[in-house]
Amino acid sequence: MRHRSLLLITTALATGALTLTACGTRGDNKSGDGSKTTVVIGLDAPTTGELSALGLGIRNSAQLALDTANKTGEVKGVTFKLEALDDKALPNVGQQNATKLAGDKSVLGIVGPLNSGVAQSMQQVSKQNNVTLISPANTTPDLTQGPGWRKNNRARQFPTYFRTATTDEVQGAFDGQYAWEKIKAKKVYVIDDQKTYGVGLASSFKDQFTKLGGKIAGTEHISPDDRDFKAVVSKVQSKSPDLVFYGGEYPASGPLSQQLKDGGVTVPLMGGDGMYSGDYIKLNKKAQGDYASSVGKPVEQLASAKKFIADYKAASFKEAYEAYGGSTYDATWALIQAVKKVVADNAGKLPDDARAKVVQAMNTVTFDGVTGKVAFDKYGDTTNTMITAYQVDKGAWKSRFSAEFKKFDKS
Amino acid sequence: MNELPQQLANGLILGAMYGLIAIGYTMVYGIVQLINFAHGEIFMVGGFGALSVYLALPSGTSLTLALPVMLLGGIAVSVLVGVAAERFAYRPLRGAPRLAPLITAIGLSIALQQAIWKWYPDGKQARVFPQFKGRALDILGATVQRGDLFVLIAAPLCMLALGFFVSKTRSGRAMQATAQDPDTARLMGINTDRIIVLAFAIGAAFAGVAAVAYGLRTGEVQFRMGFIMGLKAFTAAVLGGIGNIYGAMLGGLVLGVAEALATAYVENIPGMQQFGGGAWKDVWAFVLLILVLLLRPQGLLGERVADRA
Repeated sequence: MRHRSLLLITTALATGALTLTACGTRGDNKSGDGSKTTVVIGLDAPTTGELSALGLGIRNSAQLALDTANKTGEVKGVTFKLEALDDKALPNVGQQNATKLAGDKSVLGIVGPLNSGVAQSMQQVSKQNNVTLISPANTTPDLTQGPGWRKNNRARQFPTYFRTATTDEVQGAFDGQYAWEKIKAKKVYVIDDQKTYGVGLASSFKDQFTKLGGKIAGTEHISPDDRDFKAVVSKVQSKSPDLVFYGGEYPASGPLSQQLKDGGVTVPLMGGDGMYSGDYIKLNKKAQGDYASSVGKPVEQLASAKKFIADYKAASFKEAYEAYGGSTYDATWALIQAVKKVVADNAGKLPDDARAKVVQAMNTVTFDGVTGKVAFDKYGDTTNTMITAYQVDKGAWKSRFSAEFKKFDKS
Repeated sequence: MNELPQQLANGLILGAMYGLIAIGYTMVYGIVQLINFAHGEIFMVGGFGALSVYLALPSGTSLTLALPVMLLGGIAVSVLVGVAAERFAYRPLRGAPRLAPLITAIGLSIALQQAIWKWYPDGKQARVFPQFKGRALDILGATVQRGDLFVLIAAPLCMLALGFFVSKTRSGRAMQATAQDPDTARLMGINTDRIIVLAFAIGAAFAGVAAVAYGLRTGEVQFRMGFIMGLKAFTAAVLGGIGNIYGAMLGGLVLGVAEALATAYVENIPGMQQFGGGAWKDVWAFVLLILVLLLRPQGLLGERVADRA
């Protein structure tokens, strides 16, 4: 008897609570003065877990772009709101997040994700729902140009996908050229982490480096969840290369670099933008001399970025903007510009098919952003191919060399 | 340059760590026939316990001085969590079907991971673990880091102590009796509940030692580190013959050396080039496990026992 009444009370309470929550959600959308429409920009990045240093920088920079647009009234009659979700760097979670965001009609675009592997699982959802997905960090060429890019048989994969980061094809080739011309390495040992990003970067590096006349001392693949690389280190050491190249991210490459040096491999480790994080140096006491490339010019050196850095500081975020701060701000700003155009074309009001219009507008967006001129080519890739090489010096990344790597034949 | 001594050293150091964790699986299984899948997480919290002790010490304390305290801290946290898990998660299910405690173990494992993730300061990212300064040592043609010396000394000492405890002390013999036949042991006046708690505590203490070794070796601890290490240690326990403490250590060493040698040498075998290297080392480790279990189903040192299920 007592049990049954308890059950009844619980059910009643639960139902009541659910109803109240539902009311709350509905109320939210209508709040604010009637003249302003709220446009939600979704965000998907790993804000927890190993890659969270990069992910939190992305979240904060997107927040900053939307706050700036709201403050200056960039788009008349529209208030932007950020809906930030954590993908834990897992493809299936990214897909759930994309589905969740796409289900909310007021979401007109999604900024993110960080990982190319996650992007692969989000693209289809973005296409089906016709919602723009713009990544500040994905660098795998396949995402925009399809698997045929290696044979120069390129075709746009998703009309709704854009990115402000240049591809691994460009970055890996830049790294190969840099290793040959500036580091003057002759013999390189190449390691990758078997993930979409790492393998692509390593293979582009190899192509360019061997094309220039460099030799590959050996190749090795590791598991990104491993932290014990001693067996691999001993192998690398027996080949005595001039440089070790790593295609992958900092959670594994930090310990890898330290164990390489512990194991007697005194040459520097070089990697791509996945390694360019402050945490790489924190996790690795022997990072001195290591190289990493990253997309765009160093934000600190660009005149166009001064305002971004000052604003970021003024907003007093807890975390640094890290490698993708500038490109995230630009990606978010591109979405804002697309919304602006759509609203302007529709007599100052958001049209009913806003999502489709935003996707169209994205193709024609062009403005001077934090990282330089922002515009997208016919694949959805950024037209800005600036890359910078950095080196660890006294516990910090110092920029060494920036260049606009010439585009490969993309006809 | 001959790579073999270095690869053997790499394998032995890694294997000693697997072995220390495997003790926990094997002792608990030997007595209650439970595969404690949360043991990897008990290892993980030990690492965070040791790190917390280090952070609590005044900054600038030399690691040599801090290490014994850190070790005690790591062991204390591991044992506390291990014993609490036994008391609150497994004991209420003592008479339940086999599957219930197994699922509880998996749930507990996720809960412990998430607890560290949520509540340990900055636990969502890898935390830096202190490391010994100074040059690496050269032992018999192999380079050995100073931090790795710890596990090379600690593992044999732990094994000696455990061997002495099990065969020479009263509690140890009571433990053997409980493993052989819990009902008869209880009739003989042995408090089997106490013995089970003891088995969990010893296993957890060894996991705490392994966690400090892991931290010193890789320079970091993180909330997910127990998963892979736990899985490998469980493999080591099965390889050596689950239920046998010496088997656990031997299984760990064999597994570690097999991984190192597979990374280094498989690709030199003609026709096997694409199956070599670090990416395939786990595959070869498990091929070894399957081969051993085909030829000796009871594991390397296991005893043939009648199926209790």
